[in-house]
Amino acid sequence: MNKVVDIKTAIDKIRSGDSIMLGGFTNFGCPLHLLYELAKRPQVNNLTLISEDLGYGGLPYLQGPGRLFENEQVSKSITSFIGANPDANRLIFEKKLNVELVPQGTLTERIRAGGAGIGGFYTPTGVGTVAEEGKETKMINGKKHILELPLRANVALVKAYKADRQGNAIFKYTAANFNTVMATAADLVILEVEKLVEVGEIEPDQVQLPGIFIDNIVLAEEAIF
Amino acid sequence: MAGKREMIAKNIAAMLHDGDVVNLGVGIPTLVGNYVPEGMTVWFQGENGCIGVDKELPFPWDFDNYESVVGWMKRNGGEDGDWKVGHKDLGNANDIFVTLLPGACCFDSALSFAIIRGGHLDATVLGALEVDMEGNLANWMIPGKKLSGMGGAMDLVSGSKRVIVATEHCNKYGVPKLLKKCTLPLTAVECVNTIVTELCVIQCKNHKMTVTAMAPGITREELQAKTDAPLYFADEVCEMLM
Repeated sequence: MNKVVDIKTAIDKIRSGDSIMLGGFTNFGCPLHLLYELAKRPQVNNLTLISEDLGYGGLPYLQGPGRLFENEQVSKSITSFIGANPDANRLIFEKKLNVELVPQGTLTERIRAGGAGIGGFYTPTGVGTVAEEGKETKMINGKKHILELPLRANVALVKAYKADRQGNAIFKYTAANFNTVMATAADLVILEVEKLVEVGEIEPDQVQLPGIFIDNIVLAEEAIF
Repeated sequence: MAGKREMIAKNIAAMLHDGDVVNLGVGIPTLVGNYVPEGMTVWFQGENGCIGVDKELPFPWDFDNYESVVGWMKRNGGEDGDWKVGHKDLGNANDIFVTLLPGACCFDSALSFAIIRGGHLDATVLGALEVDMEGNLANWMIPGKKLSGMGGAMDLVSGSKRVIVATEHCNKYGVPKLLKKCTLPLTAVECVNTIVTELCVIQCKNHKMTVTAMAPGITREELQAKTDAPLYFADEVCEMLM
């Protein structure tokens, strides 16, 4: 089975209305090439984006998902940090963007639950704050916990430093972040890599993300930010 | 004498122990790393996925020159060893390039928050908009202002063994930040253990703020006048480090 495809073939699979998990913590470990290809298709819109943050706005490069917001391709965002994206605040004000803010650890655990077949979990994070509103709670060991439900998506766009042709992947330093959990929680998983090697070239015990989660691999060795 | 912010950071660094695992938030907390005593190792954790952060690097490129960005990324994008000097895939949770200490390690977000929520952090140090006598903290949102998001703050304060707030005593309009009751949306309830300002060190316990150290030259009356919450004083009130 050949998983390696060119970037256009991979991004052609994304449809308006899709929910997309996007790996990365700001630009670290963010599949920028896949994102910029998606941003070239403004007709693909009404997307739900699930990501740690919403990238930057107003920069010539290194914007993360910023361009998708500039293009108004995203109508719903599930995220922990809007911070550096000025377009997002404008779109919220204009009622073109619906944002669900989720504490970062709860976000990663909801995605992990989605990928691991777990129907939810209880956490003390967010008790007594807006994060508790409308949610079931339970006292566990004398401490109040909030029920949080799993998250899944149609598509995950993830990025690794190196992978073999099966998608067995390795990350550098802090670039793994949300990529590993997101790759387990979507129907179609597209992996961007800087280096592609033959099957057998990565030591099995060095693999950080098993290739079984990966559907398509896009090689993007030329750095375009 | 150091500036207010440096003085706060210095007093917090003195509360840490050799071998502690500590998460530092944005603002004053990031300065704490500069004051860890010689010969002592504190393992600074980044919720983006590392333990053992050493130094923040200065901004490595000229943003108007695309070639300088690509050039740096290429030079610092190698397979091994760049954790000592900086790598394009190595940053802290504030989106700043960093180096790591020997003995550092990196991991994904799921494990990072298992460390945070599982009680494996000895302390988390973070800023505040408001703190109240019940130990409630508000530090992520001002209604009507630009919406930013809580990031990892709610997980950090509910999971760490000790929550240390680093803040100037009053806001820029001179209004006290240490209140009877927070008015802004909360980050967590009854979570704060210690507050360090440029005027005093406070322990929050049993819904009371107890002063354990004060800056030299300030009286108890002056301190109370700058604080909305009623203050209690420990039997022995020490002098803060300057």
